[in-house]
Amino acid sequence: MIKLGVPSKGRLMEKTFDWFGTRGVSLSRTGSEREYAGAVDGVENVALVLLSAGEIPRELAAGRIHLGVTGTDLIREKLVQWDQKVEQMAELGFGHADLIVAVPACWVDVDTLDDLDAAAAAFRARHGHRLRIATKYHRLVRDYLRDGGVSDYQLVDSQGATEGTVANLTAEAIADITSTGETLRANHLKVLAEEPVLRSQATLFRSRCAPLDEADRATLRLLRDRIGV
Amino acid sequence: MSLVSVAKAAQLRAAFESAGAIPVETGVLQPAETLLDLYGEDIRARAYVTHDPVQGEMMLRPDFTVPVVQMHMSDGAEPARYTYSGKVFRRQERHPERPVEYLQVGFEIFDRADPAAADAEVFALFADLLKGYALRAVTGDIGVLTAAVAGLGASERRHAALMRHLWRPRRFRQLLDRFSGKTPMPPTRRALLAEADPMARATPMIGLRSEAEIAARIEALRADAAEPPLSAEQVALIDAVLAVKAPGPFALERLRDIAVDLPALTPALTRMARRLEALSARGVDVGRLGFEASFGRTSMEYYDGFVFGMIAEARPDLPPVATGGRYDALTRRLGQGREIPAVGGVIRPDALMQMEGAA
Repeated sequence: MIKLGVPSKGRLMEKTFDWFGTRGVSLSRTGSEREYAGAVDGVENVALVLLSAGEIPRELAAGRIHLGVTGTDLIREKLVQWDQKVEQMAELGFGHADLIVAVPACWVDVDTLDDLDAAAAAFRARHGHRLRIATKYHRLVRDYLRDGGVSDYQLVDSQGATEGTVANLTAEAIADITSTGETLRANHLKVLAEEPVLRSQATLFRSRCAPLDEADRATLRLLRDRIGV
Repeated sequence: MSLVSVAKAAQLRAAFESAGAIPVETGVLQPAETLLDLYGEDIRARAYVTHDPVQGEMMLRPDFTVPVVQMHMSDGAEPARYTYSGKVFRRQERHPERPVEYLQVGFEIFDRADPAAADAEVFALFADLLKGYALRAVTGDIGVLTAAVAGLGASERRHAALMRHLWRPRRFRQLLDRFSGKTPMPPTRRALLAEADPMARATPMIGLRSEAEIAARIEALRADAAEPPLSAEQVALIDAVLAVKAPGPFALERLRDIAVDLPALTPALTRMARRLEALSARGVDVGRLGFEASFGRTSMEYYDGFVFGMIAEARPDLPPVATGGRYDALTRRLGQGREIPAVGGVIRPDALMQMEGAA
């Protein structure tokens, strides 16, 4: 049995269902609105597993699901050496979001990573602590800032309402996922004029760790053939 | 790590004790704040962080030098020689095949009398203890690099920026390219400098960084734009210094040639010459001892003078078997107003045993 992990709620689930549906594989929830059970029609021997999008990377890496739909951002943040654990099979064309670094719009002197680094050095000298950047994407942001040559910053964990941390004086800048930038503007923040940390979208991944017997291989081939990836 | 590594570690520590070192121990848990202040956020990618309900964030010691320096600075007698042996812990996100905990045996000298002699003492002791192994020794001197940067005659601001990134070669190069006009000013900065009153759009003010701080940075950018670029000759001198790679005395000769145009190098070269003499006096064949000006630039930021490494060239899979260097500035940063010249190094017994095929 091939297990396909799909986000358990919201637009990501609906759009994933649509994506598979237009390719002749019908996914659906079964039972009551509140029950996380699903069905697959169109290919035999495939089971639908409804999961939080944030748990799908872990389940793929553990080999408990064979296929999974989640954002590239979550795969890269949560899996060390992600490309050895999962194979990217198809970008699904929705759930677009960029992981970006944003600073207060009033920082008219800061637009590049070079500016951010200089501002961080001066900030530390003036305030006695490193410039705080609020994020939940610690690994991705740290790698990005190291490659960008930024030092004298510190990451502070923020699992939600990250855009509000600057006005609340718990961070000087943020790194977060944004799709339209409206929330940033509403909180008087601006995105650095640099390549984003990551461009993310909903993506179908295959686990490189999940065990496959002969029947599973045949099912997987059939499914790949059907959805054209 | 195996029993033979533990036995090797004990043997090395005993040898360091015979060389006059007092054995010391440090806590496995170290306050994270000190290490974060020294190394910045990058240390989180390399060290294990844990949490104590009373003491806050703690790190599993990623090395011994910092706690040993703290111990010496708080109640050490002078001069002092210390040795230690124990595990250090390193996260290996990029190289999961490398060990996350391994033994280090170290030797550190805190002595004001004669830094060149102390450098030579550490190196000669390490070379002697490891003489049975097929290792290539390489040396460098961060002091030569800092003297070269200081000798550029750039503004205090540019000098500080270059010094801050001396240990990040790529960022250092970016700055040199910017200061020499090789890379053009980014369009955003050009636009900012063209504005009559950029602060007018600095609204609304949010966050801890104040209006005055933003205005001060704009002033600094204006001043920098008005400063003449570093000349191609100045950049060539830095490149020439960084490219020096030869056995000690030849490297010194080459650097002395460069110092004709970059006289600020001279005091650092005098120290280097004294070190070579001290190494010779201890029986090191300096004519065959490699010197690479760029060596040590990408390792721990605290080295600021002599640096060395001993590398198993036939085993590129192994980390350097021994590394060390001088860290006077670290004693200043951790010394709460006091400082003392200090130099030391560590040996990795596991790597040694792997060279022997015993681990």
